[in-house]
Order: sequence, then structure tokens, then C-alpha cells
Amino acid sequence: MDWSALFLSLKLSTATMLLLLPCGLWAGRALAWRRFRGKALLEALLALPLVLPPTVLGFYLLLAMGGNSPLGQWYRSLFGHTLAFSFDGLLLASMIFNLPFAILPMQRAFESITPEIRGAAMCCGMSRWRQFVRIEFPLAWPGIVSALVLIFAHTLGEFGVVLMVGGSIPGETRTIAISIYDRVQSFETTAAGVMSAVLLAISLTAISLSYALGRRLESRHTRV
Amino acid sequence: MRSAAASNQGTLVSESPSATTAVFHARFEQVAPIPLAAEITCHGGELLALVGPSGSGKSTLLRSIAGLYQPEQGRVVCNDETWLDTIANIHLPTSRRRIGMVFQNYALFPHLSALENVLEGMDVPTAATARERALELLHRVHLDGLAARRPAQLSGGQQQRVAMARALARNPHILLLDEPFSAVDRATREKLYVELADLRRDLPMPVILVTHDLDEATMLADRMTILSHGRTIQTGPPLVIRRHPANIEVARLIGLKNLFSGVIIAHQPSAGHTLIGWNGQHLKVHLRQDFPPGTPITWGLPTTDVLLMPLDHDSQGNLDNPVSGRIAKIVTLGETVHIQVHADETDGARLFLSVSHHIARRYALAEGQQLALRLRGEHIHLMPADDSPRRTRLTASESAVNSPA
Repeated sequence: MDWSALFLSLKLSTATMLLLLPCGLWAGRALAWRRFRGKALLEALLALPLVLPPTVLGFYLLLAMGGNSPLGQWYRSLFGHTLAFSFDGLLLASMIFNLPFAILPMQRAFESITPEIRGAAMCCGMSRWRQFVRIEFPLAWPGIVSALVLIFAHTLGEFGVVLMVGGSIPGETRTIAISIYDRVQSFETTAAGVMSAVLLAISLTAISLSYALGRRLESRHTRV
Repeated sequence: MRSAAASNQGTLVSESPSATTAVFHARFEQVAPIPLAAEITCHGGELLALVGPSGSGKSTLLRSIAGLYQPEQGRVVCNDETWLDTIANIHLPTSRRRIGMVFQNYALFPHLSALENVLEGMDVPTAATARERALELLHRVHLDGLAARRPAQLSGGQQQRVAMARALARNPHILLLDEPFSAVDRATREKLYVELADLRRDLPMPVILVTHDLDEATMLADRMTILSHGRTIQTGPPLVIRRHPANIEVARLIGLKNLFSGVIIAHQPSAGHTLIGWNGQHLKVHLRQDFPPGTPITWGLPTTDVLLMPLDHDSQGNLDNPVSGRIAKIVTLGETVHIQVHADETDGARLFLSVSHHIARRYALAEGQQLALRLRGEHIHLMPADDSPRRTRLTASESAVNSPA
């Protein structure tokens, strides 16, 4: 059992989840209620990671983060090492890769709040913050939690992008999925089996939670 | 709770000195996407109904007042406070307009109890007195004991009452009701009519009720404004508008079926009537010297003022106008029988009358039968001639008898 890989995966998943929460809330809410030019294109771009092969996405991210890119050079001038093949680079790639998992469920959750409910909140004289805290968030929270769970589970199991952008540096970029692959390559089947079982258990729990919350969100709005 | 509420009944809506004299005024103009040319005024304590067919812009008007819709041009003033003035570039957001609004489907917050819904309507929901006042409001709308229920656990009528209590919670300067009776069954609706009529006696602010139901407006409103295609076309007390529609468009909207073109022949002030020509016939109507002789006019007569006249009848009223015709169609709707008559000597003009079921039976009315009728001249209403193409009517007022038109 590669504890450092499991710990790294959990750290990466948690960080991705927490950093994407505000982004998802803001973008999901805006996409749910606002109409603007190019909205369809933006939505398509945000959903692209769902259909793009992880290696393709990983390839472009590697190019964008490499020492020759403006981003890579800027990062190196600040921190003294490349963004690619570092935990920071992995986190950034993970966030981009998980954008659809953050935004889509939250967008659906906010969309399910009717214009009348939002109008009623405004007519009640609530401040924007109070509208969000008392009305929007409680009504959307199952969708929000569902998004967080999906991000967490998805990051935990991601392989292609991690391999392309992070490689397999122990303690820095070797996540549990990479570690399993390495063990299989070196015929350590038992260790690979244990780690696979752990990943399976965590993923199953997370996805079950997500479905249960999704159902709860649905019933909350159809009951009325 | 009950005793506390009862002793505080007088403070349901705190009286501000200007509230009773407050005048609400709104004017909107817009070309597209929804054409608007509307002006409404409402006094403190007055209930104004906005009446029009679906798509006439009633709800848009109400939403514009609330700031939930942004018309191209307009001005909204309430209690000397300007909420909207597109010329001066004033756009107060909804949350800063002191309004209470009841939405068509109530828009209660589904995750909050009745009490919490009302509390959210208050300026300071955490204030020590807020809870007591919210309970008092719930008591006022007859929801004692239901404070802890969620909206889904309440009936439609109860939900409407919660919405009403929530709308009143922040002592609004205007109360806006968007078809608040359309989502409940008839029995509940009638109960809610009585409750609103009772509740509004204590309300110092202007109340604007949006409805497509003319009878509802007539029952509840002090004045009503008729809307068509986003335009306010007539305002006045409901019964006055129903008796004296300003033009043919209003007449059609309020469901006046006997509408015909005619011309002023002469005024006879000594006899107290005006003579109009109608397809070669002369009709005596109530004196209307504001139309000079020779003026083309439109005249209208309610279906209940076309009377069956027994052939031997000789004690007719002064302004009764005998007309004969043949029954083209009979439709019975409950206790009322709607009859369409092709009038003789008038190019087959169609007259509509409605009589009660037993009258129809006594006269043994049947399709094809020849009838003697009289048109009650004192109820014939004259309007400017119809120079516009046919416009929409309130669909609810259409009946089967009218369909060939």
C-alpha cells in the first residue's frame, strides 16, 4: 500500500474541490440565470473536458505549463521551478479538467430555482447576500454537494492528465492511480489489488452520495 | 398566541401619517418586445384591478412596478418616492422598493415553514418582536396553528394566505396581487374573495390586483383599468365601465355581445331621447347630445336588455324599440338560455339575448321560430364608431352562441 500516493491523491482531490467551489458557484449561478452572447459557446468549452481524451487535454496543458510557455516562464520566475511536473501544476490541471463537474451540477441546481422564487426574495427586500444565504444556497445545496462529491471522486481516479502533466514523482505528483499502474508494471499484483479496492470503495461511496443528494434535490422541487 | 394576536390587532400594519393620503402613479412606454403604453394611478386604501385578456400585459405592468421587469421608458412614484424614472436615470432595485407582492403561484420559499416565510418578508427577521408579529400576521390570515408547516404541507388556499401574510410583513407602501385567485378551486376562491375584502379594509396602502376575471374585478375593486395589448384603455368604477364602455374595444373586452354600427338621426330633448338609425330602422335611445346628428356611432346592448315581447303586449316602456326576428340558434348553459336571433329588415343582423330557463320554456322557444323582441333604449349605450379592426376579446366571455361571429 502506497500511503504517500493515497495521501497525495486525497490532498489533490480536496484542494481541487475547495478551489472549484467558489468558481462553480459563481459560474453555475451566472450560467443558470444570465443570458449573454456566446453563452452556448462558453458552455460547450466548459463541457469539453467531458469528451476530450485525457491525454489530449494533458498534452495541451503540458504545452501551456512547460518551460517555454509564457505561463511556465512566469511561474518559474516566481517559484524557481517549472509548473509542469509539480503539485501546483497538477492542481491547476485538475481544476481545469474538473470544470464541467463543478459547473454543470451547480448550474442545474440554480436553474431549478424559479424566477418567481427569486423575485419573491427580492420583493421581500432581502439583500443579495441574504438572498444567497437564505434562499438560493439552501435550495441549491444538494446540487452543490453533488458537484463537490463528483470533483472529489473524479480527481481521485484521474490518470491520463496526471501522467501527462505530473509524471510520477513520489510525494509530488505520484497519485494513487499512477501508483497502481506502476505496481502492475512491476508485477506487484497484490499491492495493486489492495489499492484498487480502496479506490473502488471511496469512489462508490462518493458516487452513491451524489445520487442520493440528486434525488433529494429533485423531490424538494417537485413537492411544491 | 391567540390572545396576544387579538390584543394587537390594531397594529397589524403600522400607520404612517402619509400612508392614507399616498398616491401611487406609474407610467410605462415601450415598443418592443412587449408593447406598453400604460398609465395607472392608485390612492391609499384603494383597490385597483388591472383587467385584460391573457397577453394584454397585465403581469408585465405589475412586474414593472415591482422592478422585476425593466421597461424602455417609464416613471413610478410611490409615496413621493421615485422608484423608476428613465429620463432621470433612476432605477431602484426591487429589494429597495417597498412593495408587498403575491405571485400567481405564490412563490413561497419551499424549504421554509409558513412562519419563516413570513419572517423573511420582514425588514429585520431577527428582531425580538419579529416572531410575534409574524404569528400575528398568520393569525390575521386565519392560519393559526399552521406556522410550522412547510408550503408543500399546505393547501392552495393556505399557501395563498401565507403569501399574503409575507407580502404584508414589511409594511409595504403598495400591495401587488398577481392573479392570486387563479390557482385555487372555486369554493376556496370564493372564501378568499371574502377574506381579501375583509382584510383590505384595514390596509392603508394602494392595492393593485391583476386579474383576467371581470366578475372578480367587479366584486373586489374600487376602480378597474382595462388593458389591451399593453395599453390602458379605460379606467373607472367596474359597474360604470360595464355599463358605459368608452369604445368598442372595451365593449368587446367586457363581453358586450350586441354591438352594431348606426348613425345619429336626431336629438329630441323634449321627449328625452335620441334617435339612431340602424340598418334602416329607427331606435330610441337615452339622450346623448354629445354626438351631433349625422355622426356614425357604435351602439351596444347587454344580452339581458333584449327582451321577449308577447305579441299582445301594449304596456311597453317609453324607450322600448320593437324588433322582430327569427331564432337562429339556442344554447342552454345551466339556468341560462342563450339565444341568437336574426333580426328582420336589418340585413340579418344577429341579436343575442339571454333568458332564464323557465322563461324559455314558457315561450316554448325553438330554433326557426319567429320572435317579437324589444330593445331597451335606456340601456343602449352609444360609443364612437368602430374605425379599428377587430381586436382580441376576453376569451372567458365568449360563449357558444357567439362563435359564428
